[in-house]
Amino acid sequence: MLIQILLILFFLLAIIKVIRRYQGGDLTRRAAFIWILFWVLAGVVVALPDSTFYLAHMLGVGRGADAIVYIALAGLFFLVFRLMVRVERLTKDITRFVRHEALAEAEKKITEQK
Amino acid sequence: MDTPKANADIFIVIPAYNEAERIGRVIRGLFEHGWKKIIVVDDGSSDATMMVAREAGALVIRHGSNRGQGASLQTGTELARNLGADVIIHFDGDGQFNASDIAGAVAKLKTEQLDVVLGSRFLDGRSRIPWLKRTILLPVARWINYALTGLKLSDVHNGFRVLSRRASTRICINQDRMAHNTEIPAQIKKYHLAWAEYPVEVIYFEPGQGVAGGLTILWDLFLGTFR
Repeated sequence: MLIQILLILFFLLAIIKVIRRYQGGDLTRRAAFIWILFWVLAGVVVALPDSTFYLAHMLGVGRGADAIVYIALAGLFFLVFRLMVRVERLTKDITRFVRHEALAEAEKKITEQK
Repeated sequence: MDTPKANADIFIVIPAYNEAERIGRVIRGLFEHGWKKIIVVDDGSSDATMMVAREAGALVIRHGSNRGQGASLQTGTELARNLGADVIIHFDGDGQFNASDIAGAVAKLKTEQLDVVLGSRFLDGRSRIPWLKRTILLPVARWINYALTGLKLSDVHNGFRVLSRRASTRICINQDRMAHNTEIPAQIKKYHLAWAEYPVEVIYFEPGQGVAGGLTILWDLFLGTFR
């Protein structure tokens, strides 16, 4: 089916992107391995839809497609949550930086006035 | 009231974001009550807050971008400490607190050798608290705060507080926005600081934080646990 070909092409592009980001130093070896494994597994699921049956059976879900949707949803929630925590950390870093600058400037002004 | 000499090491920290209309009056009120060391933290305001506060005679420190009330209080507290503060008072910039409450709260801190004095609207009948807030929102918030902090307070999220120098070095506000009002009691409990409440008057201009604000605070506290 056309959709299978398009999806597999998309996954291949994603793998190439992961390799380039790894070579560019943006991803650790572990992160690159996990992402490649993820896209390969996604490719397997698309190329051999029946393969999800074993997974569904293992998890106690009726259909393979349902098992994939459940896992994908849980994965997305996890990713969004991780992103939010990371954004929160970045926000704290910005605050620390802004505070440092503000204190330095205020203390400099006070010293000049003395 | 304390004499100006006795007030030498007492700093008042006021976080202010777009408070140009009210901040001048608040600062003048504090000067009239004998408080001389006033730090205004301009939290990246887009209006003339900084200019008004400076003209009124306060020492102004400015955040390059808006970081929130909690972040401003921490910045102001650190500056006050660096300038040799012995006592640090957190005070609102919108004119909702009564400057005449400060002297009594500071006296309580000193005479009872406390680390922290927290303002409360419920210890006398001066504050005209809106009905919904008084009967539903604040009791629920008080219960949640007690569950989260372990500190049993008669009021909740009251921004009036007096800190000893020791308390200001122990307490570190990590919650940049409004959740610092829950974070501070939690740290008082954690570091076994000696604390007490003191009756303060709160004048209502705006409804303040509603249910949505409360939920945002809970979410901030939740995210804060993953730092």
